[in-house]
Amino acid sequence: MNDFFWFAVLPYVSVVLFLLVTIRRYQTSKFSYSSLSSQFLENQQHFWGTVPFHYGIISVLGAHFVAIVMPRSVLWWNAAPLRLFMLEVTGLGLAILTLVGLINICLRRLANSKARRVTSWGDWFIYGGLLVQVVTGVGIAVFHGWGSSWFAASMSPWIWSLAKLSPDVSYLATMPLLVKLHIINAFLIIAVFPFTRLVHILVAPNPYFWRKTQVVLWNWDRTRIRGTD
Amino acid sequence: MDVRSQISMVFHLDKCIGCHTCSIACKNVWTDREGTEYMWWNNVETKPGTGYPTKWEDQDHYKGGWEAKGGELELKSTSKRSLVPNIFHNPSQPSMDDYYEPWTYKYEELFNAPEGDDQPTAIPVSMVTGEPIDVESGPNWDDDLGGSEIYASNDPNMDGLNAEQRAQMLAIERLAFFYLPRICNHCMNPACVAACPSGALYKRGEDGIVLLNQDRCRAWRSCIPACPYKKTYYNWSTGKSEKCILCFPRLESGQAPACFHSCVGRIRYIGNVLYDADRIRELATLRDEELVEGQRSMILDPHDPDVIAAAKANGVPDSIIASAQKSPTYKYVKEWKIALPLHVEYRTFPMLFYVPPLLPVMSSTQGDVVKNDLDSLFADIEAARAPMEYLGKLFSGGNLGKLRYALRKQLAVRIWRRHVTVGDISEEKALAALNDADCTCEEADAIYRLSALSTFDDRFVVPPFQREMAIEMLEDPHEHRSSMGFGARVAPKRS
Repeated sequence: MNDFFWFAVLPYVSVVLFLLVTIRRYQTSKFSYSSLSSQFLENQQHFWGTVPFHYGIISVLGAHFVAIVMPRSVLWWNAAPLRLFMLEVTGLGLAILTLVGLINICLRRLANSKARRVTSWGDWFIYGGLLVQVVTGVGIAVFHGWGSSWFAASMSPWIWSLAKLSPDVSYLATMPLLVKLHIINAFLIIAVFPFTRLVHILVAPNPYFWRKTQVVLWNWDRTRIRGTD
Repeated sequence: MDVRSQISMVFHLDKCIGCHTCSIACKNVWTDREGTEYMWWNNVETKPGTGYPTKWEDQDHYKGGWEAKGGELELKSTSKRSLVPNIFHNPSQPSMDDYYEPWTYKYEELFNAPEGDDQPTAIPVSMVTGEPIDVESGPNWDDDLGGSEIYASNDPNMDGLNAEQRAQMLAIERLAFFYLPRICNHCMNPACVAACPSGALYKRGEDGIVLLNQDRCRAWRSCIPACPYKKTYYNWSTGKSEKCILCFPRLESGQAPACFHSCVGRIRYIGNVLYDADRIRELATLRDEELVEGQRSMILDPHDPDVIAAAKANGVPDSIIASAQKSPTYKYVKEWKIALPLHVEYRTFPMLFYVPPLLPVMSSTQGDVVKNDLDSLFADIEAARAPMEYLGKLFSGGNLGKLRYALRKQLAVRIWRRHVTVGDISEEKALAALNDADCTCEEADAIYRLSALSTFDDRFVVPPFQREMAIEMLEDPHEHRSSMGFGARVAPKRS
């Protein structure tokens, strides 16, 4: 019953909440759709937090994504023990990079009075959530080895069963507590995502790479306004 | 030919008295909110000096403006290639320490302090954290410190001077300084607009004012290092960048911007010019010394029938063309050629031009009599206390010919007017000076009138913005006025 709530109900609640609030916030409050940067107030420690954290978390999330989308390729890669070992070590390294970055971010925001000034309770809530997530992630990598293989074998089918709207929680029945915590916390983060600074993930600067160099906007239709003075 | 109208400005530095009234007018109207206390959309610097933010002209540090690399134009700070690797921490991003930490005083302690042996004091507290701070710098901390070892000698423009010239600039008996008021230049080729990853910055097509859409700004802050003049600012409280809006709500109702309107020395001129937007790319890659002339050639003669026809074909209203024909800035920049852009080598084509400062008129007192020695009354521009090379770095991209032309003409106007009003200079001598400076008597009189006697209407030729028509096309103007105020739809607060 508990498993059913955490792994078949919560994910849907989280995703629906995520979609509704994300869209609504974009419609009603575009102004708040970014992260409140504090680099302007403190420019030295900033580097040692934000850079390792972002590169770490993007790589780790990318790896999760690949394992969900292409579980067979991951299993094929892991068929050779040396390759499995390399993947595991890389994963642990990236997770630790993320953790170091996140700890630096939190310490900076605690220690620097100017950075503290622009840190809201919402920020602390999300830093707490991320900290639990990254620590459990590192814990899984250390205590429950070969995660890349059993993720592809058990987690991916479960997520696909969610996506097909016929959730099958039996995949997770034998999972250790740390893994379960990691999953539950992940969906809690997805649920609070649209209420926090995390929305900045959704506004990557994509048009920059193909737009014209200069942006010129006209208030009036140039061909219609002529001769009206 | 893509003829557009662009608002342009001229600041006459010879008339600036460094009173900072412009800065205060701007501060009171636009930047007295939380997060903007440190911003001075209009500031007045003493040159030589380090300026605000500190050493903003040092582009090796801040990486502002454009670079011409083999005929290609590229942003120094945030080229498309370097955006991604720097996206989480831009190394050329200035921090509050480069500006200053704004502060106020605990005035209430003057009244609330318990009785004691000492006078109560109002201690300074940070306007960011609210904690007591040691005030270490402010927005015009180098004010009037022309010969200072800390400020003047660290002016990045001093780098190109030889030892003798540097010593001369710093010698206590001979030190020279002048004021440099600065606002956003509303450039023709703005680096801030080009750098914005979100496309939040834009140039208004009708008048070229550069604005920043607060709803689209995503706090990448690329505009801040990209602007070589450091005239976009990050609001640490809302997490959005802000910049000078050239008081467009005032302009749209026919008034000059607040800093122009309040200028005590009446140094500021505003008017629109017609220019050919097709040529920006081509001209922005010229060599440094050719840029002043290049930008001038982009500005078109609003009396030329071909230009008028091309402007009309491009949808520029007749009233805007008529306004360009009366523009005081066109006269200063293109007709008389005595106004020059600030740091044209940044290649953004700033639309704020400066009339470079001349020497003060020299006189001496002997007893109670002020003695004007005619020979030294108007000293040779080459013998000016501020070396030509220094002014050339500021105003002409190192092209001293363009600078000499502007200074010589100003000097000739002084000599000519001395002849007309006082009469102790012979007509022959005055005409010779005008001839040397490529100036006629009529032109000299016109320069004199616009520089010295101009009224509001002469200085501020605000083009009719036709804003009401632009709104009419979208919605009922009466409804718009009652619902929009000056433009904000929601309070600028993060929820």
